[in-house]
Amino acid sequence: MIGGLFIYNHKGEVLISRVYRDDIGYVLLQQTCGKSSRFLGNSCYLGVNMRNAVDAFRVNVIHARQQVRSPVTNIARTSFFHVKRSNIWLAAVTKQNVNAAMVFEFLYKMCDVMTAYFGKISEENIKNNFVLIYELLDEILDFGYPQNSETGALKTFITQQGIKGQHQTKEEQSQITSQVTGQIGWRREGIKYRRNELFLDVLESVNLLMSPQGQVLSAHVSGRVVMKSYLSGMPECKFGMNDKIVIDKQGKGGASDDAGKSGKQSIAIDDCTFHQCVRLSKFDSERSISFIPPDGEYELMRYRTTKDIILPFRVIPLVREVGRTKLEVKVVIKSNFKPSLLAQKIEVRIPTPLNTSGVQVICMKGKAKYKASENAIVWKIKRMAGMKESQISAEIELLPTNDKKKWARPPISMNFEVPFAPSGLKVRYLKVFESKLNYSDHDVIKWVRYIGRSGIYETRC
Amino acid sequence: MPAVSKGDGMRGLAVFISDIRNCKSKEAEIKRINKELANIRSKFKGDKALDGYSKKKYVCKLLFIFLLGHDIDFGHMEAVNLLSSNKYTEKQIGYLFISVLVNSNSELIRLINNAIKNDLSSRNPTFMCLALHCIANVGSREMAEAFASEIPRILVAGDTMDSVKQSAALCLLRLYKTSPDLVLMGEWTSRVVHLLNDQHMGVVTAAISLITCLSQKNPDEFKTCVSLAVSRLSRIVSSASTDLQDYTYYFVPAPWLSCKLLRLLQCYPPPEDGAVKGRLVECLETILNKAQEPPKSKKVQHSNAKNAILFEAISLIIHYDSEPNLLVRACNQLGQFLQHRETNLRYLALESMCTLASSEFSHEAVKTHIETVINALKTERDVSVRQRAADLLYAMCDRSNAKQIVAEMLSYLETADYSIREEMVLKVAILAEKYAVDYSWYVDTILNLIRIAGDYVSEEVWYRVIQIVINRDDVQGYAAKTVFEALQAPACHENMVKVGGYILGEFGNLIAGDPRSSPLVQFNLLHSKFHLCSVPTRALLLSAYIKFINLFPETKATIQEVLRCDSQIRNSDVELQQRAVEYLKLSSIASTDVLATVLEEMPPFPERESSILAKLKKKKGPGAVSVTELEDSKRESGELNGAGERGPDPSVMAASNASTPSPSADLLGIRSAAPVSNAPASAGSLLVDVFSEAGPAASSGAVNDDGFLSSAPPSEDPAPPLSEAEELLNKFVCKNNGVLFENQLLQIGIKSEYRQNLGRMYLFYGNKTSVQFASFTTTVSCPGELQSHLNVQSKPVEPLVEGGAQIQQVLNIECLTDFSDAPLLNIKFRYGGALQNLTLKLPVTINKFFQPTEMASQDFFQRWKQLSQPQQEAQKIFKANHSMDTEVIKAKLLGLGMALLDNVDPNPENYVCAGVIQTKSQQVGCLLRLEPNAQAQMYRLTLRCSKDSVSKRLCELLAQQF
Repeated sequence: MIGGLFIYNHKGEVLISRVYRDDIGYVLLQQTCGKSSRFLGNSCYLGVNMRNAVDAFRVNVIHARQQVRSPVTNIARTSFFHVKRSNIWLAAVTKQNVNAAMVFEFLYKMCDVMTAYFGKISEENIKNNFVLIYELLDEILDFGYPQNSETGALKTFITQQGIKGQHQTKEEQSQITSQVTGQIGWRREGIKYRRNELFLDVLESVNLLMSPQGQVLSAHVSGRVVMKSYLSGMPECKFGMNDKIVIDKQGKGGASDDAGKSGKQSIAIDDCTFHQCVRLSKFDSERSISFIPPDGEYELMRYRTTKDIILPFRVIPLVREVGRTKLEVKVVIKSNFKPSLLAQKIEVRIPTPLNTSGVQVICMKGKAKYKASENAIVWKIKRMAGMKESQISAEIELLPTNDKKKWARPPISMNFEVPFAPSGLKVRYLKVFESKLNYSDHDVIKWVRYIGRSGIYETRC
Repeated sequence: MPAVSKGDGMRGLAVFISDIRNCKSKEAEIKRINKELANIRSKFKGDKALDGYSKKKYVCKLLFIFLLGHDIDFGHMEAVNLLSSNKYTEKQIGYLFISVLVNSNSELIRLINNAIKNDLSSRNPTFMCLALHCIANVGSREMAEAFASEIPRILVAGDTMDSVKQSAALCLLRLYKTSPDLVLMGEWTSRVVHLLNDQHMGVVTAAISLITCLSQKNPDEFKTCVSLAVSRLSRIVSSASTDLQDYTYYFVPAPWLSCKLLRLLQCYPPPEDGAVKGRLVECLETILNKAQEPPKSKKVQHSNAKNAILFEAISLIIHYDSEPNLLVRACNQLGQFLQHRETNLRYLALESMCTLASSEFSHEAVKTHIETVINALKTERDVSVRQRAADLLYAMCDRSNAKQIVAEMLSYLETADYSIREEMVLKVAILAEKYAVDYSWYVDTILNLIRIAGDYVSEEVWYRVIQIVINRDDVQGYAAKTVFEALQAPACHENMVKVGGYILGEFGNLIAGDPRSSPLVQFNLLHSKFHLCSVPTRALLLSAYIKFINLFPETKATIQEVLRCDSQIRNSDVELQQRAVEYLKLSSIASTDVLATVLEEMPPFPERESSILAKLKKKKGPGAVSVTELEDSKRESGELNGAGERGPDPSVMAASNASTPSPSADLLGIRSAAPVSNAPASAGSLLVDVFSEAGPAASSGAVNDDGFLSSAPPSEDPAPPLSEAEELLNKFVCKNNGVLFENQLLQIGIKSEYRQNLGRMYLFYGNKTSVQFASFTTTVSCPGELQSHLNVQSKPVEPLVEGGAQIQQVLNIECLTDFSDAPLLNIKFRYGGALQNLTLKLPVTINKFFQPTEMASQDFFQRWKQLSQPQQEAQKIFKANHSMDTEVIKAKLLGLGMALLDNVDPNPENYVCAGVIQTKSQQVGCLLRLEPNAQAQMYRLTLRCSKDSVSKRLCELLAQQF
């Protein structure tokens, strides 16, 4: 259970502070008790304590000398879990031994909710919407226990318009109550659309660490299936993909040649998590994903694969040191997918030594530039078709230093976006059944899109 | 860094700094710095040479980046280049960079040193100063190696500018502090000293710092500075406030210089030259006089400067400690400060008074301020000042005002700050002990102390009370009574319970006569506290209970009941459980006399210097021990042991006053195991010679090696045995261990064991004083025909016994045949100047070689009849000297070494024993019968032995025992 939640700006000033449990005290108490003498010394003491905790996070994490890399920091037997969004720090504080994964899940959810309400998370936006944020925090955390954090559901009763002229009718109120407390908390009854539409995105990020010789040291894909549904009534959906277990099961029952064919295309999912709407019992027994979808945008599932990953790009580095004052770098990238597909937003980042005094770059395609502030050569290519290759060569001049340390040669990293799923995941079907309203699976317009992005995609040089 | 003006300022630097300051986040700052670094790298790498200005600018930026906490690994070369520039600003930045960023890079160091050398040899004073500052700022060993020889030359050269001289003096000081071995003054010494005569006051100020430091290391070389310093000081002191123009600070002429001069003088003893001394005394008097003058200005700076000089002058007076007049004046001056408005002044006054109190001249003068100090202790707002006041009270305490001061400290303790309570408690405890005129006052004080500040009373304090109570039988009754009363308070501190438990357990019998404190009442009182105490205290209380059983047999049932209950006998704490079980068994199984032996009254503790003092010293840290305490304890050491009914032993007093042979460590009560080297020992003995009537032979004995000592007969004859020697002997007939002898100086403990005809005796000689015993020798002799009866071998002992220490000697005894006399032990040693000589009888009696023999009634009477010759029997009828308690008698008989036979004599009142005396030549069987007559308080003792001399001797010995 979370003891309190604080949002800091980059200077370490507290923008939002919500305390759920007394064990961490209350930061504002300090200020209140300065003003009114009604508070007893004891509570002042508590306030001072909490002040210390809030300050402790600022001093030990935000303003730490070294960059704090661990998202969990333990200061004086108090745990601080933080995530950072641009310049904003969200920190959940607790004195108890909580499930850290739960806390982070909550923090991410909190970010999603805030984004859904007021767009980008920035100091400006948080300051402008602080009333809303406190309202949200009241709703999604009770005594530090996470509650319903479904944006769609929240939006029905936490609105930015303020209280409307006339009060909500009794019916509306009871509807909200029954929905929030009911079995299907994420969807309300009586939704109606003229066009029943459904958007399905498979978003993947591929992570790679490769040796200079082209050997894969580690690689995995973490993917998400994000849906946007505009469906009437209470539809029952069923989602199917080329999961190896499902295909094999079907293969056993069906023809043998079919099994051989699908075996090649099926993928092995290492682990996956689902949105709360998915019936887990059904997944466990039949491995079928069936659910009543929330209205609007949501993340249906997350998964991770490590086998048979299609690596969209291959980076071949060549670094040669010429004497003490010169370095020659040549990097070749090869695209490794169907020629008909186009990769986008390609960016190769070649780190330069700390004593670089000058850089000359020649590249055949795209634009390359030495960015001194980042100590790297950044090479950008807008588009690149499959099965192509491109190369860059750079001459780096070095300033002789009296530092005996050798350059550590950090890996070359890469960013890109490709229109397919590097894990090989394919959506086989998405069926919609609505028994009460009269529309069938065929009447629903469905859109499917695959996007593969780079995560940490690095090649050692 | 030069001010950024429009003309010479570095715009690029200013922009860069403002960029950094405007960075929103750490990442942005790092990015900006990376960009700047890349820019500087490319500029430094660039083919076209940079001009001095840009070089300076970039080096400055690098310096700024470094100061922001980033590593800089280039640019050193450019900085070194700047050093050779002719422009002041460029050179300055170069030196700044070097002094901040220099590392032991060999090639660069060479270049830097070269540049510095050039600057030093240039005639430009600014450049020389810059170079000197750089050397001082870096202050590394390499720098010292390169320039240690150069700088003194600059310092004393006639044509050097004054400002350079100042820098050179301070630079040399820095080098001397980092690597003193490299800075050799040698030939420069006298010329450096003569800098004190320099026209320029700045040079003198700088030079004094250097000279003070140097003269602390080798005072002899710089001795000449004293007279120069005195004359300089007198010139300053006597000058009018307008004479020194630039060096007059708020109407005070050269205050810093004066302070430094006074401090320099504190490194040396008072000048021997009368004229110099007279001049110095005059100066000091002038300073003291000036303090009395009305202030020339109301500004605080004026009074601060004036007081700074005054306090330094007073420290000097205290340091010299030879001018009673000045000391008293200083004391009076400080007395005025005691009530000053300024807290700092009050603090300083108290602190200085503390040292003044140790001087014999001003001790009395300090004492006149007692009321003010006590008042300060009570009303002062600042805790550190209160602490000083407490220190001063402690320092000014002596016999005349001890009662008042201790009372004040006690009353203050109730409100004292927690931080100083423990120290206060220790101080009160020490003062109470040191100046105790009558010990009931001491006991009262300490018990009060425990009542008021029990939490802060350390173990040592209450240990000490018990030691003192045990060792002095005149206060035991009073202590028991007081403790009993103190324990009646509804809530009393655990330490009080500890003291109470111990004292009542030992001396409860002394107050048992009063029905209000009858044994059972005492026990109930103690037991009512039992459950509130921690485990160690409970353990102590359990021991007290078992002692109660011994003291008051009537409480036995009650106490056994307590011991038997589950909370004791099944206590979860092992120690408590063990004690409960053992004590219960002991009380139920052992006979009264066994119990009486086991639970005998505690023997007196070996007298030693208070451990509390050591504790106080440890608390204050080494070096904090003021001379006062040392001298006080020296002064009082004689009184401590002598006070009370015995009165100080005049010879001891004389000895301790006449000679001060011991190193101070002995006085601290720390029982240092380290042997004192031979040199002070012989010095001590030489001193002794002057005061003792002994011939030179004795003193030679003191320093000779052990072999010579043991074989050569001492020059004096052994003293005749003490009159009470016979009495002492009787004490040990029935026991083997105990204290054989004790006086003010020496305590001899004994521990012995016998098997058949052999015995081994351990003698423990304890030095009760704080002064070492020199030429300590012991001889065991067997007078007359005893030599053929008893064989005693002894190992020689160490000739030196440190104060408070104990040494051990082992005697091997063999009984050849039966004997009646006791061997003699002669001890000789020098305490202070006086030779101490005493002879004791060693408690070796025939009965020690008894072997108990068990036999049945029939056998006994059979043998009894066999030994029917009249000379074999010895009989004596005598009056009982001690109580006729069965258990006690039994214990004594058992201690005798014979077997006590039950159910032998038809009359159960009678005691019957049997045993065999083992000698080398023969075995002597002995039978004993003791018939008590309770009504007449008489005994009839009958002994029958196979050898007639044995029966007689045994009969003599035993008749004294009952």
